[in-house]
Amino acid sequence: MQTLIAIVALGVFCLIAETLNFRKLMVPVTIIGLLGILGITLNLWSIDPSIDEKYISMIAVDKFSNAFSSLFIVLTIFLVALSGDFYKEHQTKLSDFISIKVFLLAGAVGMVSFTNLSMFFLGIEVLSISLYILAASRRLDVKSNEAGMKYFLLGSFASGILLFGICLIYGATGYFDINEIHDLSSGLGLPIWFPIGITLVIIGMLFKIAAAPFHFWAPDVYEGSPSMTTATMSTLAKVVAMAALYKLLSGMTSSLTPTFEMVIVVVSILSMTIGNIMALRQDNVKRMLAFSGISHAGFMLMAILSLSTAATTLLYYTAAYALAGIASFAVIIYVTRNKDNEATANFNGLGKTNPLLAAVLTASLLSMAGIPIFSGFFAKFMLFTDTIKAGYLFLVIVGVINSIISVGYYFKLILAMYTKEASEQKQTVPFVYYFVAVVAILLNIALGVYPSLATNLLN
Amino acid sequence: MDVTTILLLLLVGSIATFFAGDKWASKIALLFSLGALGLSLYLLNLLNQGTNISFAGEWIANPKVALAFKADGLSMAMVLLTTALTPLIVFSSFGNSFNNSKNFYALILFMAFAMTGTFLAADGLLYYVFWELALIPIYFIALIWGNGDAEERKKAVVKFFIYTLGGSLFMLIAFAYLYSKAGSFLLEDLYKLDLTATEECWIFFAFFLAYAIKIPIIPFHTWQANVYQKAPTVGTMLLSGIMLKMGLYSVIRWQLPIAPSAAKCWMPVLIGLSIAGVIYGSIVALRQKDLKKLLAYSSLAHVGLIAAGCYTLTLDGLSGAVSQMIAHGFVIVGLFFAAEVIFRRYETRTIADLGGIRSQTPKFTSMFMILVLASVALPGTFNFVGEFTVLYSLSQANIWFAVLGGTTIILGAYYMLKMFQDVMLGETNTKVFADVTANEAITFIVIIAFLLFFGLYPKPIVDLVTPSLKEILEVINK
Repeated sequence: MQTLIAIVALGVFCLIAETLNFRKLMVPVTIIGLLGILGITLNLWSIDPSIDEKYISMIAVDKFSNAFSSLFIVLTIFLVALSGDFYKEHQTKLSDFISIKVFLLAGAVGMVSFTNLSMFFLGIEVLSISLYILAASRRLDVKSNEAGMKYFLLGSFASGILLFGICLIYGATGYFDINEIHDLSSGLGLPIWFPIGITLVIIGMLFKIAAAPFHFWAPDVYEGSPSMTTATMSTLAKVVAMAALYKLLSGMTSSLTPTFEMVIVVVSILSMTIGNIMALRQDNVKRMLAFSGISHAGFMLMAILSLSTAATTLLYYTAAYALAGIASFAVIIYVTRNKDNEATANFNGLGKTNPLLAAVLTASLLSMAGIPIFSGFFAKFMLFTDTIKAGYLFLVIVGVINSIISVGYYFKLILAMYTKEASEQKQTVPFVYYFVAVVAILLNIALGVYPSLATNLLN
Repeated sequence: MDVTTILLLLLVGSIATFFAGDKWASKIALLFSLGALGLSLYLLNLLNQGTNISFAGEWIANPKVALAFKADGLSMAMVLLTTALTPLIVFSSFGNSFNNSKNFYALILFMAFAMTGTFLAADGLLYYVFWELALIPIYFIALIWGNGDAEERKKAVVKFFIYTLGGSLFMLIAFAYLYSKAGSFLLEDLYKLDLTATEECWIFFAFFLAYAIKIPIIPFHTWQANVYQKAPTVGTMLLSGIMLKMGLYSVIRWQLPIAPSAAKCWMPVLIGLSIAGVIYGSIVALRQKDLKKLLAYSSLAHVGLIAAGCYTLTLDGLSGAVSQMIAHGFVIVGLFFAAEVIFRRYETRTIADLGGIRSQTPKFTSMFMILVLASVALPGTFNFVGEFTVLYSLSQANIWFAVLGGTTIILGAYYMLKMFQDVMLGETNTKVFADVTANEAITFIVIIAFLLFFGLYPKPIVDLVTPSLKEILEVINK
């Protein structure tokens, strides 16, 4: 709870700082604040996972919520660090953008530490509304407006479905509290609208993580939004939604029925395959990463199949994926910041003009493709092991085939960087891009070399 | 003192090379690779005295992965092959200049590191990590420093990467499945595992896909010739000299002992496929116009015979295969270097454009000739020892295998000598061909000396690998 309060306080502080003409120190102060919050979160680690009665059973701080909250805070630190340079032409709005990101984080933390479905819904709405604003934040740009509008319409529709699902669950059980629902769900005699409610909740969440067939918004929104927002959506928001889906399902039921598992298998296969095949045809890097994100959502959904044990795997996968995403977006934002599009051609010759950033982007793409020593490999491997244990060898084979396909488009970008001639001279790069890109990829590699860093957290 | 020191030295060497700057990179790389060679010779000495130089440690608690390196005769032989060829390959490139040479040489050492790790790893996942890791440097070496049209090269290299990655991912599924059965990736635990016949079959073929692509065995060879041709000679040497031995070594170390009954059941098919590769490679080599491509197909033929030796599951077959792996590693590096020497002077590898070099360069001609003869397994060279043992073991399995496999020597002699005739003999070429420089001569002499010495006295290598091969055969026949 302390984490959540501190984050909200920091967000409010960012808003007030604007009036105090505090703009220049905005980014460093926020980062320091976030580091402090990270410290608080880590400090809560040893505390017993008990429900804090003071907050009318809304929030439970346990290892799961702490681990994921820490991951979200780290990701937000990276995103805020990049904001300073990204929004330098919109100085007057800097504090708005940063405070929105901090509030977004508050929603994210709420989504992994709730014990009450209403708290969960509050969390997801805080997160979503922040994202709607960020997507449309370049208000004179038609594409950004389009992205914001699309995301808002479809997103609120999904929220409606989600809310409807929660209502049905309440109608069936009489509780919003997931522990009570969990106890009831194992017994017999629940009315038919309980599974319908769960289905609707799952559909709402599948929309948020952009899994097929609820993925249609993602490519357009990713492409139209300012790159900074795309980075937030494809790393932080996706990871949050995935963790929340896992927490919802594992909190409300002890095991999925075979029918539900079949649905998850089908959605997983669809997402992986559609995401990968569509990504092969993209020339816009942001669009390509949107489709690659869809396929990663398919991979992450495999974790749902071993519901009781896969929390560690999911944590590891999300960390690996999000860190690689942050590193690649740091490079992408730098390369395309003075361009009006994000075509692959912009990356031509980056290997010569800026070897370090090219190496970082290569490493993060290799991590996403699942090549060893980068944590993406272990993430996929752990996921495959769990899924084989759960008895879905077939799904793993589909996953492997998809990994092979994904190499095709990740390498397109690598090839462009190393085999094409550069069209422009080397430019000076603000230090912060180097810093974020290198630190994120080093964290990713550290997780890959020593996976126990993350896998021991939840034991 | 254990084998991890070699790995560390190579890794440190790779980093040091990168930071040494373009001017010093090649020398630093040579220094570190020679250091690794010295160190592995020293460790070999320790091993022969009976010291335990294996290493076991913790890596990941869940899933349980150990940092285990096993050094027995077989793996040390392969490590020595790697550490001996690496300085040779680095040294052979001294006549060329590369853009960004610090990256280039750092990648070479990194690749040597990954390959050494593959040969030493005794834990399935660790082994897989090294196996994949070796792919990244060669991808960049071939892509960035390769020759020929950039678009075509890109296609060839990406095809190679996707092929090999795809194959190995199926091996990864096999490992994940084995882990769900055994609860550990350790080699000895996997050896102990009792699997049903169906399970063994699936696992065997998941491994087979990875190895058949890497070795390559037909029909998985289509990436090979193009990549060999497009990669820079150093990359081709690394690929043909060491990297494809990773596949053969893995067959002996992982595939056969883990799924022995599948191997026995499918033996005729496997040997048949391997020998089909011998004949196919030889025939296609006959028609090649490009020197490097010809050597690539000759490599396909020789490697097919080695794979056939492995799949006989006899001691002769395995030990012949290991000898031939080492011999082929040296001779193919020598032959590709000869092609490079010619390219440095004439800037072409098209056989039709060459000819008439002999009279200008007596030294080069004789050294090239010895390598060609070694490649066709003339008695007295180490290749003869290997190939003869393999053919003998094949004749015990089925005389027709030996007859068909023996065509490698006949056809090999034909296309290699024809190539030599077209490239070196004939009327004196009008273009000047300077004889080999001192550096080039050293490379050739080292290779030739190695092949001749062990051709006359193969006992040390055979003695080194036999005990560990016997151990593996015990597991296979248990």
